[in-house]
Amino acid sequence: MDWLQNIEWMSLIKSFVVGGLICVIGQILIDKTKLTPARILVLFVTTGAILGGLGIYQYLVDFAGAGATVPLTGFGNNLAKGAIKAVKEYGIIGAFTGGVTAAAGGISAAVFFGYIASLISKPKMKKQ
Amino acid sequence: MQKLGKQTIKFDTPPTITEVASIVGPKEANGPLAKYFDQCLEDEFWGEKTWEKSESKIIKETVNLAISKSGIPNNDIEYCFAGDLLNQCISSSFGLRGLNIPFLGIFGACSTFVEGLSLGAIIIEACAKHVLCAASSHFCSAEKQFRFPLELGNQRPPTSQWTVTGAGAAVLSKTGNGPFITHITSGKIIDMGIKDSNNMGAAMAPAALDTLLCHFNDTGRSPSYYDVILTGDLGHVGKEILTELALEKGYNIKSNYNDCGVLIFDKEKQDTHAGGSGCGCCATVFSGYFFKQFKERKIKRILLIATGALMNSTSSQQGESIPGIAHAVSIEL
Repeated sequence: MDWLQNIEWMSLIKSFVVGGLICVIGQILIDKTKLTPARILVLFVTTGAILGGLGIYQYLVDFAGAGATVPLTGFGNNLAKGAIKAVKEYGIIGAFTGGVTAAAGGISAAVFFGYIASLISKPKMKKQ
Repeated sequence: MQKLGKQTIKFDTPPTITEVASIVGPKEANGPLAKYFDQCLEDEFWGEKTWEKSESKIIKETVNLAISKSGIPNNDIEYCFAGDLLNQCISSSFGLRGLNIPFLGIFGACSTFVEGLSLGAIIIEACAKHVLCAASSHFCSAEKQFRFPLELGNQRPPTSQWTVTGAGAAVLSKTGNGPFITHITSGKIIDMGIKDSNNMGAAMAPAALDTLLCHFNDTGRSPSYYDVILTGDLGHVGKEILTELALEKGYNIKSNYNDCGVLIFDKEKQDTHAGGSGCGCCATVFSGYFFKQFKERKIKRILLIATGALMNSTSSQQGESIPGIAHAVSIEL
């Protein structure tokens, strides 16, 4: 049971709360505004990218770990971080290549697992 | 037939609704009206590979059921008016391609069933003996076409309505024992500038009001003339709006007004938010529940006002508002 003792409970709680709060924002936007889900997703990515570009989002990542990187805002942050890093290394061309390079793992995994899921499952009617 | 006022036709020999049929999906089968439908499906695919094929099968089987229940030979039915919500009305045209009856496809969004009844009644008064009218919708195919793919799994906002999975069909005849279609009031397109495709009740209520007022003006009738004034699919939100709007215009419809979208689901238990919608909504609720009420002589006069939102996914994406329409038929014994 060593692994159980090695769990950092505090960081688990932090990531749960921060990740949850980001989702709460999304829920409020669905319930209280006329924004479509697709627009909310785009809003989250761009917000993450802007906060990432300004260096603010990193504080949240340092604090909450996966609670900040897993929600869509984390993807936006990743794009911004990657672009900034690539500009430093390769010059202005990095602004175009860096973002997607940094997010390559996530994008490819999404395509791969999405494809697998489409093979083994069938869409169903919503419950509500 | 004779024209009354601006938008109403009164039939000299009112056509009879000889027989009706309705088939609904699993969600409707769990609703309060389940026992009135001819058939309730256990799953939304009904053994087909796609939702579109399933919807075609639903309308096809509903039409066949209505014809066989009526006892009228297929060959004696002279025209078929049918429509649905899918692009180019493929549910109806694919589902009914083997029907071998002259086919007139119609689109009036969710008002299609009553549009069909109106046109059917006119053609019976003009020349035909038997006419078939049908309409269908399917939650999954409609959601996919008008909003988002179901695979996305996004949430539905509280004002959104639930597209009814199901079809209703009616056989109209020149002679019979009723219920009779005595009047039709065809609606104008009314656009009050509402853009939210998740709040169709609000978009369609002004159109329903316009047709309602027009019907009363043209016929000289008042709300109390009818046992039931029934709108197609305004849902809980639209129903409230229409009740208020009518009151402002001096018509109190509170006591005998209801909406098919409100009746078909149990709001609390089924979590369908603002209620049911779709061509199948008023088609199944009328064919399932109200036709039987007529047959048992529990009601004698209904004003059925089917409401439609005349948008498509492109117009929504381009930020256009939603034009509403409402067609009324007066059905009496």
